[in-house]
Amino acid sequence: MQANAPEAKSKSMPALLIKNGHVIDPASNRDGLADVLLQEGLVQQVGHNLPTEGVQVFDATGLYVAPGFIDMHVHLREPGFEHAETIETGSKAAAAGGFTSICPMPNTAPANDNATVTSYIVETARRHAVVNVFPIGAITKGRNGDELAAIGAMRQAGAVAISDDGNPVMNAQLMRRAMEYAKSFDIPVINHCEDLHLSAGGDMHEGVESVRLGLRGIPGCSEDVMVARDILLAEVTGARYHVAHISSRHSVEMVAFAKKRGLPITSEATPHHLDLADRDMKPYDSNFKMKPPLRGCGDVEAVLAGVKSGAIDAIATDHAPHPGSEKMQEFEKCPFGILGLETALGVVLERLYHSQKISLTRLVEMFTTNPARILGLSRGTLAKGSSADVTIFSTNKEWAYDVNKSFSKSRNSPYDGRKFRGGPVATIVSGNIVWRLS
Amino acid sequence: MPREGLLGIDALTRDEIQAILDRARDFQPKPNESFGRFEILKGRTVVNLFFETSTRTRTSFEIAAKRLGADAVSITAQASSVTKGESLVDTLNTLAAMRPDAIVMRHSASGAPHFLQRYLATPIVNAGDGTHEHPTQALLDARTILDRGARLEGLRVAIIGDIAHSRVARSNVYLLSKYGAEIVLCGPASLLPKELAKIAPGVTLTTNMDEAIRNADVIMMLRVQLERQHEAAFPASEYFSFYGLRLEHLRLAKPDVIVMHPGPINRGREISSEVADSQRSVILNQVENGISVRMAVLESVLAGKRAGGKE
Repeated sequence: MQANAPEAKSKSMPALLIKNGHVIDPASNRDGLADVLLQEGLVQQVGHNLPTEGVQVFDATGLYVAPGFIDMHVHLREPGFEHAETIETGSKAAAAGGFTSICPMPNTAPANDNATVTSYIVETARRHAVVNVFPIGAITKGRNGDELAAIGAMRQAGAVAISDDGNPVMNAQLMRRAMEYAKSFDIPVINHCEDLHLSAGGDMHEGVESVRLGLRGIPGCSEDVMVARDILLAEVTGARYHVAHISSRHSVEMVAFAKKRGLPITSEATPHHLDLADRDMKPYDSNFKMKPPLRGCGDVEAVLAGVKSGAIDAIATDHAPHPGSEKMQEFEKCPFGILGLETALGVVLERLYHSQKISLTRLVEMFTTNPARILGLSRGTLAKGSSADVTIFSTNKEWAYDVNKSFSKSRNSPYDGRKFRGGPVATIVSGNIVWRLS
Repeated sequence: MPREGLLGIDALTRDEIQAILDRARDFQPKPNESFGRFEILKGRTVVNLFFETSTRTRTSFEIAAKRLGADAVSITAQASSVTKGESLVDTLNTLAAMRPDAIVMRHSASGAPHFLQRYLATPIVNAGDGTHEHPTQALLDARTILDRGARLEGLRVAIIGDIAHSRVARSNVYLLSKYGAEIVLCGPASLLPKELAKIAPGVTLTTNMDEAIRNADVIMMLRVQLERQHEAAFPASEYFSFYGLRLEHLRLAKPDVIVMHPGPINRGREISSEVADSQRSVILNQVENGISVRMAVLESVLAGKRAGGKE
């Protein structure tokens, strides 16, 4: 299962002791003050008053110490769109956001639809990325929705899931076959749910705001009909199925219903869909343009409720860099997508923790245990012997996001200037501090 | 402080609107005379930049600028560098570097002037953006209604046709709503999104044309914009029988009802020839008022004073 995991970067580093932090490790039922000792790329010990002799000490007093965060939905743009992002720059943005593992979607050129591209991504990451990179392969060749891609070979080369993200699989029969085939390799199928006929030409959520602004709508039902279809197909096939960036009320309700029936269905939500509604959009500002679009207030409430109830398992950013030349156009011409890695924790702390929707343990679970379980990664825990990936964060340090200081190559964020309470403080991958708040 | 142009009715206050409507009356010609010549904007330059074809609006803006003494240059998209792949921002920045005093702009993308105004110090006057707003059309419509009666308050105005794709409808809704008019939007349901009822106070929706017209003081017909329909949202063959305005409809309205149309009209598609040419039709008055209203708008934008008297 872990053949694909990048090796620990350096096994000769001195041990690192994270001292006096509040450790939250949902997988080990740990929630309290403890020291964490990392050595040779692994968690050696979690306990009280661990000796400090001969080890590098990180003083985590007043901070939280969690398993390394996993973002199961990012776009690193390499190969093919290196002017927008590279595996290196994207990984640095991830580290600055507290993520130790990221899963790039196959929207590359060429698409990650075969083992060669998968290997290229894995190898490039091994050389240039500062965090772990677990690629997601395409469901269909060229992400065209016509013919199944070489799913087994991509799995062998390191792909941890399959998705045609950005391009929903419109053909129900093909989706059924993909789910069946994926079962042979025990790999989850992730779908970007959007009926392309219902959403055709749309630029923002269909509602009062789209009508007011004269922009064509992407109705909530364009997401819902495909979530409904896929749940039915998942039941027929028994496949592990995951809804990407869930955003609409009915979709959340249907996933909750499917879970109640015991189906192996999971879902993720982005920080921005927990935080912003269509009416929060700055008119015709493409930094607010993404798919699925910022939906109505009722949808935002439903996504928050879904996080609370457990219908939504994971937080994923859908980090989607686009260069200024593409985002600075007429709204209808601008591509979909916004940056997300560096602001995720700040947004989620505000919307879920400070607003007392969920506990910190549950919040950490959504960044760690749950995505690890969905993808079958043996990560997301600080249990002795697991990978020394650690996210250290604060819940009260005040800071403001300055997109011009982003590690990303792109600047398309709606959160420039936004003030946050709490966020990442240090990111540790395989025992090495790869980013630290300055 | 950067000068403001006119991007839409939505953002204007009623006082600002009223100031433009009042000033437009000063520019209306006497019967059988042409528009007066003024030197209010002497030495100023107005660029008309039309990325969509237009005859009446472009000509109207051009005449308005010239009657105020300004120099007017008109550019159409086909002749511009857009066809050479230049971005909209670059095109506008290039024109702005030639220091015009205002840019009048029409574009097929909703919000294009709003997006540009964020990057441009030159004031932009929106001459229609996609399916969003057409502010000077709503102003000239209001001027035309006022010319026939005393007030907009409490008027019952039926707007009929392809509401979903109409920037004229949106601007008129925003304007009339600010005056407390009763606005009935009517069309086939596939061209009448239910959310329209919530975009401004005083708006109701109906798919029944008789219901829309009953007791109406004003009937505004909209052109069926086949070019903006990205899919067939209605069967064009039966449109006229359900949503075309005919003489028999007028009996349902108030006796002194006026019939308006932003043009160009499609006789036999949304309006019968008999209605278009009837005594109730004020379609040509609208065109005429277009010039005086645009003179008032250009004056308020270029003279550095916003409508409403604010400096």
